[in-house]
Amino acid sequence: MRPDTTFEKIVWPVGFGLLVLVLWEVIVRVFGVSPAILPPPSAIAAAMAGSLPILWEDWVQTVVKGALNGLWMGTLAALILALIIDRFDFLKRGLMPVANFFAALPIVGLAPIMVMWFGFDWHSKAAVVAIMVFFPMLVNILGGLAAVDPMHRDLMRTYGATHIQTLHKLRGPAALPFLFNGLKIATSLALIGAIVAEYFGSPIRGMGFRITTEMGRLATDMVWAEIVVSAVTGTALYGLVAGIEKRVTFWHPSQRG
Amino acid sequence: MKKPVIDAQNVDLTFQTNDGPVHALKDVNLQINKGDFVSFIGPSGCGKTTFLRCIAGLETPTGGSLTVNGLTPEEARKSRSYGYVFQAAGLYPWRTIAGNIKLPLEIMDFPKAEMDKRVEKVLDLVDLKGFGRKYPWQLSGGMQQRASIARALAFDAEILLMDEPFGALDEIVRDKLNEELLKLWAATDKTIGFVTHSIPEAVYLSTKIVVMSPRPGRITDVIESPLPKERPLDIRDTPEFIEIAHRVRDGLRAGHDV
Repeated sequence: MRPDTTFEKIVWPVGFGLLVLVLWEVIVRVFGVSPAILPPPSAIAAAMAGSLPILWEDWVQTVVKGALNGLWMGTLAALILALIIDRFDFLKRGLMPVANFFAALPIVGLAPIMVMWFGFDWHSKAAVVAIMVFFPMLVNILGGLAAVDPMHRDLMRTYGATHIQTLHKLRGPAALPFLFNGLKIATSLALIGAIVAEYFGSPIRGMGFRITTEMGRLATDMVWAEIVVSAVTGTALYGLVAGIEKRVTFWHPSQRG
Repeated sequence: MKKPVIDAQNVDLTFQTNDGPVHALKDVNLQINKGDFVSFIGPSGCGKTTFLRCIAGLETPTGGSLTVNGLTPEEARKSRSYGYVFQAAGLYPWRTIAGNIKLPLEIMDFPKAEMDKRVEKVLDLVDLKGFGRKYPWQLSGGMQQRASIARALAFDAEILLMDEPFGALDEIVRDKLNEELLKLWAATDKTIGFVTHSIPEAVYLSTKIVVMSPRPGRITDVIESPLPKERPLDIRDTPEFIEIAHRVRDGLRAGHDV
């Protein structure tokens, strides 16, 4: 089969997406579904157009302040701990079981405690996100640091390279594909974490806050508007990470294509 | 008599594995002089690679003594005495060919201008001029292996250790690289340790052929080659060459019967 041109790659998914929207609109109207159950796409679009300032404020609060802050904090913490664990073997045996235990904690249970510790504003949400992304990032970075070709490592030894040199010139670059795998998981976790954490107390802005309050007023068009924003944001973040990955790990067999 | 560069006295190495101890090297005695081209030949499991790794300080013998210029292999490794060429090219895929050759130079803190000069020089030496900006995966297996040899030559280590560097290549490419390697050796007067499976390759290249046999890995014969230093490829059809090849084959066979 002939590979799709760039034009076709865009036209096919957009066409199918439009088809789904049209069917949705038609079904809701024909069967007279109550807007509280499922509003038609046109109503959702109208709600979005009518409340852009609110959506923007919520997006900044939840995505920029909560999710992204938590994402970099959790990733940085995982990176630092991974480098320390990797350097000292006894930590691998001692810390990994503890880290595994923390990974099993349900974050929903942690959210109210984070509110107690860090207050109602975005700080507590970032804390939840940081905890959520920490473990998958740690596991992936450690896996990447361990996944070095023994021959590549022996080569460094024949040069009499130091630990830092080996880390910088060999194991760091070799770990990058694993780091990006972790980041792709972490971006979607961060968005979920930041939204859900707001269900347990937040100032009067934020996507999670809006979803719960508008649901209480049965204003489902606004709830759906927030869902659309979060879906677009999630896709964009994932695409951004995948795009950076393609540029940075162009040498990896999975990216050469 | 001058002091040997590499001096092995009763070297013993036993690996502890889950299936019990494996006697990889037993009573290995060998002296290698400066400028020698020494081949290690023998069947799989005879310890030829292990012995090479011991010389490079990548494995530590459990008995006997092994010195390189009077130092332990570990010390010699840290003083950057070795260029090591592995069975596969082992180039880092995120670096260009030139970047790969620069790697040891960066680690050893060569000045920037000196690095570029050396990269140009060794690329020329292995006939890869103009390929410096390519990535390893864009080159053929033979070119990759040549690049890995260039990388080992770049920092001018005094001892070149090569572990079946041409094992994965076809006969024609292999012949060409053998010829180039001899030229290179003649031009630089390095001491070379070379592991191989191939009798013609060992005889063609070496001044000294070390025949080894397995279980436990040991030396069964050391042959000093009477062939001249200048060796065109067709030297392989001369009676002298065939005679040495016979002796190597006999040595390999004797090792098998034990």
